[in-house]
Amino acid sequence: MNDNTFSDEDIVIEKYTTGKEHKPLKSLDKFPEEYRDDILDAGIEPMGKNRAGSFLQQDDSVIYSNAEDKSLEIMGTADALKKYDWLKDYLWKMVKPDMDKYTADVESEHGQGYFIRSKAGSKVTVPAQACLFITSDNVRQNVHNIVIAEENSELHIIAGCSVSHTVNSALHLGVSEFYVKKGAKITFTMIHNWSKGMEVRPRTAVVVEDDAVFIDNYILMTPVKSLQTYPTAYCVGKNARATFQSIVYATGNTKVDMGARAVLQGNNSRAEILSRAIATDHAKIISRSDIIGKGANAKGHIECTGLLLSDDAEVDSIPELKAMCKDLELSHEAAVGKIAEEEIQYLMARGLSKEEATSLIIRGFLNVDITGLPDVLANDIKKMLDMCLEKVV
Amino acid sequence: MLQIKDLTVEVNGKEILRDLTLNIESGEVHVLFGPNGCGKTTLLMTILGYPGYKVKKGCIIFKEIDITHLPTNERVKLGMGMSFQHPPEIRGVKLGDMVKITLGKEKREVDKEVIALARRLNISTDFLSRDVNLGFSGGEVKKSEILQILAQSPEFIMFDEPDSGVDIENIELIGKIISELLDRNKMPSKRDRAGLVITHSGSIMQHLKADRAHVMIDGQMACSGMPYEITKNIMKNGFEKCVESCKN
Repeated sequence: MNDNTFSDEDIVIEKYTTGKEHKPLKSLDKFPEEYRDDILDAGIEPMGKNRAGSFLQQDDSVIYSNAEDKSLEIMGTADALKKYDWLKDYLWKMVKPDMDKYTADVESEHGQGYFIRSKAGSKVTVPAQACLFITSDNVRQNVHNIVIAEENSELHIIAGCSVSHTVNSALHLGVSEFYVKKGAKITFTMIHNWSKGMEVRPRTAVVVEDDAVFIDNYILMTPVKSLQTYPTAYCVGKNARATFQSIVYATGNTKVDMGARAVLQGNNSRAEILSRAIATDHAKIISRSDIIGKGANAKGHIECTGLLLSDDAEVDSIPELKAMCKDLELSHEAAVGKIAEEEIQYLMARGLSKEEATSLIIRGFLNVDITGLPDVLANDIKKMLDMCLEKVV
Repeated sequence: MLQIKDLTVEVNGKEILRDLTLNIESGEVHVLFGPNGCGKTTLLMTILGYPGYKVKKGCIIFKEIDITHLPTNERVKLGMGMSFQHPPEIRGVKLGDMVKITLGKEKREVDKEVIALARRLNISTDFLSRDVNLGFSGGEVKKSEILQILAQSPEFIMFDEPDSGVDIENIELIGKIISELLDRNKMPSKRDRAGLVITHSGSIMQHLKADRAHVMIDGQMACSGMPYEITKNIMKNGFEKCVESCKN
């Protein structure tokens, strides 16, 4: 449970003030026009079209929460804690307040965050969406999210974190705890759409029980001042499965220390961690991945590749494997480098200019076939990825 | 169509081609023979303008334009194409995407055209959705290369061993398609396209009915003549003796 392994970039939390209050929206069409593009860029559908429900938090205020599909519950965490006495047993169970000063701050200055829960046996293939966005300068957005997929349910979430183009600097501290119960499945696709003045510290833990599946997709294409995240999935049940896939394109002076960890405790549990990291300009990416095998017949695989587009950029790839039981299969492949000249030439021999060839190779590199999603959602995510790519290459 | 004059080329500081001269008229197909390492691929890469191949002397004229110092994509735009012997793998870029690129058209309606072309080479749609050259077998690489050339349909085509690693059944098919691509099924007076082919296979030779063959030794054209005569001579006497008898 010790997640204090970041190469810590110290943030003065007190520099940021807790956010302004905003009035709740009666319906999604009342969402302020000026911020519409900012949340669209984070994969959020402003009208909630083709979504099973929506949660919107602006700075520290929950401005909208509604579940279209009645198999789901979507509300602010504070409201959920008032409604359900049992929920306190899920709060701070997997992420501890004393993990670091950021979690401690979320505990003492707790703001909002979302509570999303799918009822036992329900299968909602349409995704729910959750959006956390910042519109005030110098704000500290503290959130605590709890996501529960009850037994044998299926839950898909698109989470978008965004910041208004008018904000120069802000801090986002987010604690998230996921519970995937027996036979359940959660897919969680998150797009971070930050800006160059943002400091971001998400702290995430996931519990995956017997025969349950957790799939995490993470996309970051916009600059950020500094971001540090290292979600951990604890595959405690037999046949529990966790997959982390991340696609990061770091530009400008972006500093990203990101990774994923899976602890395979259950027999036959499985984990896959895949990351694609591109650094250009003066960006710096630390890409971590760690699989710890404890349960019999557990299997884990890490694939992390990094591409460098500038001599001033840096990618550190740090894959780790730890075996604590003899019947295990853990493996990793890692590669970091620049674009092969031979590939550019080959595409030029098919008539592309050097720039076109480079852009196609970058797109190919980032073109990860995201598995485990319903077709409609997979198409949506493909479109989101294309939209993000459109802006950078 | 293509004139190469006194061409001297260096790769990594080492001279590979020396004072090489070659003329290919439109409608002609030339075949290039020679022992491994004599510079055949170097010649093709130099014509295509790969940056590692430094022209120290001489020039390359293509369709009356001096292309000696043009970048590869500019040469391709003028109407040349190449089927590579060992093309690189490109992750995430599908063979189908490559075919679309070489078709060079807007995205609309292109999918049908790609599938129709693929069918001519017995290529399945599943194969089109694989990352280009990634885990392809020897034969699959050649088919993929020829499919791309088929889509590009250039006036001057270079084939670098289009037959190596290809099974007997597919060698027939590839031979047929290459012949079509190079207008060999047309009357000689109606042939517009030209080609330069490196091959070791008799089967491809039979299909091509090339106009001229060259034997390259140490970066020079040591001997040229009728493909049939040259092939017979090489088979009987080997490269060096063939060159000797040429000189006499």
